Amino acid sequence: MTISQVGAYPLSKGIKISTVDGKQTTSGTALLKRGFAHMQKHGVIMDVTNVEQAQIAEDAGAVAVMVLDKLPFDVRHAGGVARTASVKVIQAVLDSVSIPIMAKCRIGHSSEASILEEIGVDMIDESEVLSPADEIRHIWKWNYTTPFVNGAKNLGEALRRIEEGAAMIRTKGEPGTGDVSHAVAHIRMVNNEIRKLKGIYDNNDDQELIKISREIQSSLEIVKETGRLGRLPVVNFAAGGISTPADAALLMNLGCDGIFVGSGIFKAEDPLERAKAVVIATTYHDDPKTVLDAQKMIDEKKSMLGLDTKNLDLRMQERGPTI
Amino acid sequence: MNDELLIGVLALQGDVEENIKAATYALEEMNQKGKVISVRYPDEIMKIDGLIIPGGESTVMGLLIAIKNGLLDSINKVLQNRLPIMGTCAGMIVLAKQSYDRVVGNKKQLLLGALDVEIERNSFGRQYDSFESNLEISGIGNDFRGIFIRAPSVISAGPQVQILSKFDGKIVAVQQENIIGTSFHPELSGDNRMHKLFIELIAKWKKANNQ
Repeated sequence: MTISQVGAYPLSKGIKISTVDGKQTTSGTALLKRGFAHMQKHGVIMDVTNVEQAQIAEDAGAVAVMVLDKLPFDVRHAGGVARTASVKVIQAVLDSVSIPIMAKCRIGHSSEASILEEIGVDMIDESEVLSPADEIRHIWKWNYTTPFVNGAKNLGEALRRIEEGAAMIRTKGEPGTGDVSHAVAHIRMVNNEIRKLKGIYDNNDDQELIKISREIQSSLEIVKETGRLGRLPVVNFAAGGISTPADAALLMNLGCDGIFVGSGIFKAEDPLERAKAVVIATTYHDDPKTVLDAQKMIDEKKSMLGLDTKNLDLRMQERGPTI
Repeated sequence: MNDELLIGVLALQGDVEENIKAATYALEEMNQKGKVISVRYPDEIMKIDGLIIPGGESTVMGLLIAIKNGLLDSINKVLQNRLPIMGTCAGMIVLAKQSYDRVVGNKKQLLLGALDVEIERNSFGRQYDSFESNLEISGIGNDFRGIFIRAPSVISAGPQVQILSKFDGKIVAVQQENIIGTSFHPELSGDNRMHKLFIELIAKWKKANNQ
């Protein structure tokens, strides 16, 4: 198998078995959920709030779009409670673009998640960009046939989300700020923890593995598998503050499998060109000449101004349950 | 004569590494000397003996093929040389002559037009309807695990196209001379028989070309 099966619940509620043409078919397996995330690799997933933006994103080469009510930058300015997007808007986007469609629900809000599954979105983001609905527990994602993506800022968070059924992980970063430093810090943290874990695994030091599993509050099974693989057992994207082709290349070069761009595109004054440029820089991240060509397509005067993350009223990365 | 095969996986977007792994395992199982590499540049395309276009999003791959200087020309050139090419899922769409989306209809997207088929994208539904099932595939058997992820299907095929597999009345695997296309993801099933079938084509092509 080229995709890890660690932690998969073979009898979870999300698995649907039926018979087609006398043959048994199975939906909602860990392989299909994680496999879907693997198809997004080396691609750019773009935040959109309406059909027009979704079409621009598709034309620019987005691998999927993420539908939300307000871009993270506007969520900060609006204040109040941020909830899942309007059903009407999501439906309109589903009817107008051919690429996968994702949507955000509040952390722990299993009912918003069920609504998104019923509408038919291809992946659900249980996201700290919206106001958490449960401060104690995340959604038990094995109950769904639709795959989930979750944010994480360190290895423990990532592995706990995968154990709850997340088929994909993204860095949390600090959304809506145009400041990429938090996403960089989060992927560095995860990479360093995995590097250490791999060394311990390769030395067959079980006692140390058990100690780490206790420290990061994740099962020994998933800790061992991560050590064996030397990477997260699911696809890991960068998110939070990415605004330019150079930002995308930076995070890909740190080992991310792909890129989420939130406010960075549609809060800029050159969204179509910028979206294309980010797509090119993501694919050719390790080729400075092509990244330069991509960076030439945008104008820094048209980038979103961004926010100073040292003086934020709201740190989205700190929201939600601690375990 | 150099009997080592160099297989390229088009590395623009999608599950590139999974195809590299599956093809590498297939080479080992066949005891065939060879190497599998990722390819993104025209000169890389020109030196390989076989090309895999992986799963992912066909619209994105088409755009990236069109954007990179010389990439489309190099792919068209190796197509003229009848280089063996396999497309899985999105890869099959990119190889096709025509395609439309089941819900959205016609979408402007770059297609290579090498495989004489019309494709319906997202033919079995959205991700909720993605499924696994055993398939009967000509030349392989009746127990191949098909992994269908927002999978396309072949709606109509030209006279040169051989149908390798059908599921629920829909065509899900085809071969036209040296080109293989599948709706499903053989690189994810942990069964490398489809990749072996493709590598046999490559070995034959290389032998014929070296004479």
